[in-house]
Amino acid sequence: MKSKIDEIIEKQNNTDRSDLLDVLQEIQVIEGYLSEEAIIKTSQYFKLASAKIYGIASFYDHFKFVPQGRFHIKVCNGTACHLANTSNLRKEFEKILKIQHGQCTRDGMFSIEYVPCMGACGISSVISINEEYYSSVKPSDVKDMLENLRNTDDRID
Amino acid sequence: MIFDIEVNNKIIKAKKGETILSALSRNGIKVPTLCYMEELAPSGACRICVVEVEGQPNLVPSCAQPVEEWMRIKTHSPKVIKARKTIVELLLSNHPDDCLYCERNGNCELQKLAVELNVLERRISGQKGKQKADRSGSSMVRDPKKCILCGRCVRVCEEIIGVSAIDFIKRGNHCEITPSFQKGINLSSCINCGQCIMCCPTGALYERDHLPEIIDSLNNPAKHVIIQYSPTISVTLAEEFGVKSGKDINGMINAALRKIGFNKVFDSSFGADINTIEVANELVNRIKTNQNLPMFNSCCPAWVKYIEQTHSHLIENLATVKSPQQIMGKLIKGYYAETFNISANDIYTVSVMPCIAKKFEAQREEMTHKGITDVDAVLTTRELARLIRLYGIDIMNIESELADTILGTRSSAGKLFAVSGGVAEAVIRTSFNLLTGKDLVNFKIIELRSINKGRKEFKIKAGDYEIGVAVVSDMINAEKILNEIKNGRNDIQFIEVMACPGGCVNGGGQPIPSRKEDIKARIKAIYDVDDKESIKFAHKNPQLNELYKNYLGNPCDENCTTILHTSFNKRDVLL
Ligand code: SF4
Ligand code: FES
Repeated sequence: MKSKIDEIIEKQNNTDRSDLLDVLQEIQVIEGYLSEEAIIKTSQYFKLASAKIYGIASFYDHFKFVPQGRFHIKVCNGTACHLANTSNLRKEFEKILKIQHGQCTRDGMFSIEYVPCMGACGISSVISINEEYYSSVKPSDVKDMLENLRNTDDRID
Repeated sequence: MIFDIEVNNKIIKAKKGETILSALSRNGIKVPTLCYMEELAPSGACRICVVEVEGQPNLVPSCAQPVEEWMRIKTHSPKVIKARKTIVELLLSNHPDDCLYCERNGNCELQKLAVELNVLERRISGQKGKQKADRSGSSMVRDPKKCILCGRCVRVCEEIIGVSAIDFIKRGNHCEITPSFQKGINLSSCINCGQCIMCCPTGALYERDHLPEIIDSLNNPAKHVIIQYSPTISVTLAEEFGVKSGKDINGMINAALRKIGFNKVFDSSFGADINTIEVANELVNRIKTNQNLPMFNSCCPAWVKYIEQTHSHLIENLATVKSPQQIMGKLIKGYYAETFNISANDIYTVSVMPCIAKKFEAQREEMTHKGITDVDAVLTTRELARLIRLYGIDIMNIESELADTILGTRSSAGKLFAVSGGVAEAVIRTSFNLLTGKDLVNFKIIELRSINKGRKEFKIKAGDYEIGVAVVSDMINAEKILNEIKNGRNDIQFIEVMACPGGCVNGGGQPIPSRKEDIKARIKAIYDVDDKESIKFAHKNPQLNELYKNYLGNPCDENCTTILHTSFNKRDVLL
């Protein structure tokens, strides 16, 4: 069976390096991250070493190399949020989930990332969960928030 | 076009199109560089080479900026010196500062720069890297803490070797140089050529040390310790002791090694002669039956790994003959052991190679039979120098001695293995004899001796056959010739590839630095040996012929194949 990565690569029509980032981006949209397999396949297509592709991709924070959780949490790290003490918020997430920036919980449920200013300084601290935004979040909100999310997980395993 | 420019209030000549740096160095004005690499396009990454150009608001990197007629340059103005010093201080700000315990202590470009720029205190302190050294490779250790990100290793690996096993990852203060996916170098496409070590300014890259095991064996009275040294060592080792490049100290090496306590000292060139005989026979067989052509040399373990991982469908094209190092190891633990009635288990074999890939080769599975490893430890030229110092031997002032016989005398053809084109030359000398029954009168193959070319070709008529030979050094050129073959070129029967530019004389285990003029001098010294010595053909080596008669049998026959040949296998690595 053809994987989604193969499909993305196969529909390319030139191996010009300038298309490399587009391909990586497209793969990340579908897969959520860049797996080793994805990077190796891309490197074969563009005839570049995988070390090179990994190097290029890792230059950008945008690219992820581990799968994201079912709930991907972004905590704003901009100046306003920082002043509104997001560092305590971060610590709370880290304490409960036992993961750090760029990591995912073992059950695949949550992943967390600290991002630059989200552009909503007036309502800091801002976080987003699967691209849905929450304002004025306090450390004391975190526990319930995560509990609620867990309950809304409608996956049937 | 040549014009005048003013530098430090003096007029010097500059050529149109050259960089400021090139004009300066031709005129004997020294400007420090770090990221600059002579043969490659400037990257302008480190800025240590900055100079002041009158009228320019900022300092300009001399390695990248073309020189122009109107320029008035200051190479050591207070502004320039301050900038350079700050760069060095910044580079040192996160450096581990363990110079005393460093591989490159006394031979480190960063250390030298700090001295030159009179850095006497730590003015800027940064966070030190916490990365662990990568010791996964059998040839090389990478210690990212000492890396100053000049990028020379990345460039050599990509632009000269054509492998790209390592690259920059991430950015800013997270930037690092690592193999693919930040995994160990053992899983990467690294072919162990060691050219990255040769150009590393600091101790971030170095060979895997085999000295402690060797010293243990030397101290063990139950062990019979035998050393062999590659044809190149005699013309490069002296440099480690401050002697001008190109001095041949063959006899002194023999004497020094005996003083250290090695029970027997052999010259691997004897193995090179055997390799020549076997390869020539294999080549002639393949030409006559038109099979698996073009045939590739198999004596460069970096090239062999490259074929195994990148072009596994061409494995059949590799000669099946073991490299001189492995042939010697096998004969020492077989023929020699039997002759002197010593158990192979009690013999410890060491080889001195100009190469770090030889460490990898010695550990290949195929090189161990029934628990007996043909070559137990491999030293680079640099490590040998360390061993000699450790034993307090004043090598430049001892009487020359001859190598041990039985596996000792060589032809000068075996010596040629040290230089790019030399293997082909040796093999052609013997193949010609096999095909015609006569010896080449013009045995010097000038076409294969040009020093500056990464790619050489030569054709010769031998009886009813024409043999086309292609010689490649700088691995990146190998890809080009393989492509031509893929596209139908069929006038080449033998391809010699040496991964390192110029061949083993410039191998990854040679003295650092190995500058262009050093390499030239070494090559000349090797050709001088060929001029001076009387036996110029591997097949005329009397001891070798004796060995074939009494022990090996006919070249490429069953017995020879078991002892002297091997097989190669596809390898899965992160390409
Ligand atoms: S040893 Fe050679 S192949 Fe390996 S990383 Fe260094 S330059 Fe590249
Ligand atoms: S040597 Fe010129 S910028 Fe590095």
